[in-house]
Amino acid sequence: MSESITTLEMEAPPSKGLFQERWDILKRNTMAYGSFWFLMFLLALAFFGKVLTRYIVVFDPKVVRLSEKFLPPLTVFKSSITPLEDAPTFGIYLFGTDELGRDVFARMLEGTSVSLSVGFVAVGIMLTVGIFFGGIAGYYGRVKLGFITVDTIIMRFVDIMLCFPTFFLILTVVALLPPSIYNIMIVIGLTSWMGTARFVRAEFLALRDQDFVAAARSQAIPEWRIIFIHMVPNAIAPVLVSATLGVASAILTESALSFLGFGVQPPDATWGNILSDGKNFLFDAPWLTFIPGFTILLVVLAFNLCGEGLREAFNPKMKTTS
Amino acid sequence: MVNFILRNIWQRIILLIFISIISHAIVHLAPGEPALVDPSNPRMKAEDIQRIRAAFHLDEPLHVQYVYWVKDLFTGELKSFKDNQPVMGKIWERFLNSLPLFVIATFITWCLAFPVGIRAAVHRDSTFDRSSTFISYALISIPGFFLSYLVIIFMVKTFNVPVLGMRTFGLEDASFLFQSMDRVWHLTIPALMSAIAGTAVLSRYVRSQMSEVLHQDYMRTARAKGLPEDQVIYRHGLRNALLPFITMFGLTIPALIGGSVIFEQIFSWPGMGRLGYEAILARDFPIILTLNFMTAVLVLVGTLVSDILYAVVDPRIKF
Repeated sequence: MSESITTLEMEAPPSKGLFQERWDILKRNTMAYGSFWFLMFLLALAFFGKVLTRYIVVFDPKVVRLSEKFLPPLTVFKSSITPLEDAPTFGIYLFGTDELGRDVFARMLEGTSVSLSVGFVAVGIMLTVGIFFGGIAGYYGRVKLGFITVDTIIMRFVDIMLCFPTFFLILTVVALLPPSIYNIMIVIGLTSWMGTARFVRAEFLALRDQDFVAAARSQAIPEWRIIFIHMVPNAIAPVLVSATLGVASAILTESALSFLGFGVQPPDATWGNILSDGKNFLFDAPWLTFIPGFTILLVVLAFNLCGEGLREAFNPKMKTTS
Repeated sequence: MVNFILRNIWQRIILLIFISIISHAIVHLAPGEPALVDPSNPRMKAEDIQRIRAAFHLDEPLHVQYVYWVKDLFTGELKSFKDNQPVMGKIWERFLNSLPLFVIATFITWCLAFPVGIRAAVHRDSTFDRSSTFISYALISIPGFFLSYLVIIFMVKTFNVPVLGMRTFGLEDASFLFQSMDRVWHLTIPALMSAIAGTAVLSRYVRSQMSEVLHQDYMRTARAKGLPEDQVIYRHGLRNALLPFITMFGLTIPALIGGSVIFEQIFSWPGMGRLGYEAILARDFPIILTLNFMTAVLVLVGTLVSDILYAVVDPRIKF
């Protein structure tokens, strides 16, 4: 008997970790896998963009050349009025210039890091609040405070938050607060955590009665450690998916706020405010609209496809049979 | 059943009270009072500001202001800070403008999403499925105002029709037919634009619901009985797949106000979203609060109705 089991084990392929296994499923989805590497490339671009526009200024987004405004993309620099030290890098306007003669390529490069950090910080806040409330509601769900349970209090609060028209609420708060990039990140984060909290709670309801939690409890490990170190990593799959999709929607929300004039304010360039400034010159300089517009489309699409690929890969019904 | 409905209504009323308290607190605690909208005006003296604040009860403590607001709201006495018009009248007027936009957008959404989703689910992994998946992701990912600008330019350049506003200015004397054609043109494009994202999301849901139902045993039974394929899919499959969408209907209602801000702004459509946006700019607290409150009421009523409908439609659900 034991012999047959060992032979079976010998024949079976070496078992892989959860993430390795899911990673292999993700790889089969070409679009999601491609978007993942595109996003990695984008992160690198954002990092180098920040360095090259802020610290080692190779592409200067702030140089104003009034004689050079509204030049179409790929125009070679040959002005005699503008001093030579204000010439764009490599002597060419890769994405053209805007209404102040600023280099759109440099501005887009600067905007990459700002737009992505709006997305990531907002999602960071969303995850922190969502995991916290979801974890508390899931773990301490049966504890009673007076006549209602903790779970009821938190989930009713989630229901209350879901009743607000989100974009209207964001607009109200952003319009009333002084304009600042941090306010936008915080407000987007604080109005989008409800989905995460629900996912985490649902996972925790299944996890809290499992053996490893009981084992951790028997070792007198503090409860916050059980929740955040032992249980959260086991509930991470839906969180990862909603985080990826959350970045996409945060970037879109920021661009919509920019359109209404409440987005990230100049001098910070984001894709959203380059787009909403550019739309005023749609007929004279269409590239000012199309370049940021299609960049947002492409990046948000990549986040959405990647998130959807992750959702499919983490679906327990999917097996590595290929 | 009656018990269930009564309990649900009771819970929702409590929820509504909390919502109104929270939104009142958010709006009033945020910096920027109505009296401070025009700080550079030299004619505004300190005593004027004091008088304005007293007139709007802004100098009272927060909970007193809340009581004033609720009392005025339910007696219909609530007046806008900006022009002293009754709030309910203003909102009702804008609601009548928003309603056709919302109804047509919802109609477009549901009429497009279902055929696309069903076809994608039935022909899984076909070219149609793959391309509709990709296109719906692309439509979700594009900023709404960017797409709207592209469409406006396209419409104006190729068809030579004006699409901004509710009607073309100066057509008051034109014949009825001409005027209604004009209205239809002005209505279609904004409705289509605000329907696009919803269509993309909904068609994904329809697809996943349908493909789940298609693998059920009763589908195999229906086929084994020798029923024609159309009847299997639409009578046995679609009916079961439809159930979750009753719930979704209640959740689309907040879009009536919140989701329409951008599109009403682009198409200069004098609807509720734009009213809210203007109220925010003017710090017109009664309008902001009442709009928020009404959205919450609509959501809660919508979810209640869909809960009840769900129970009526699906005999498996018991109370």
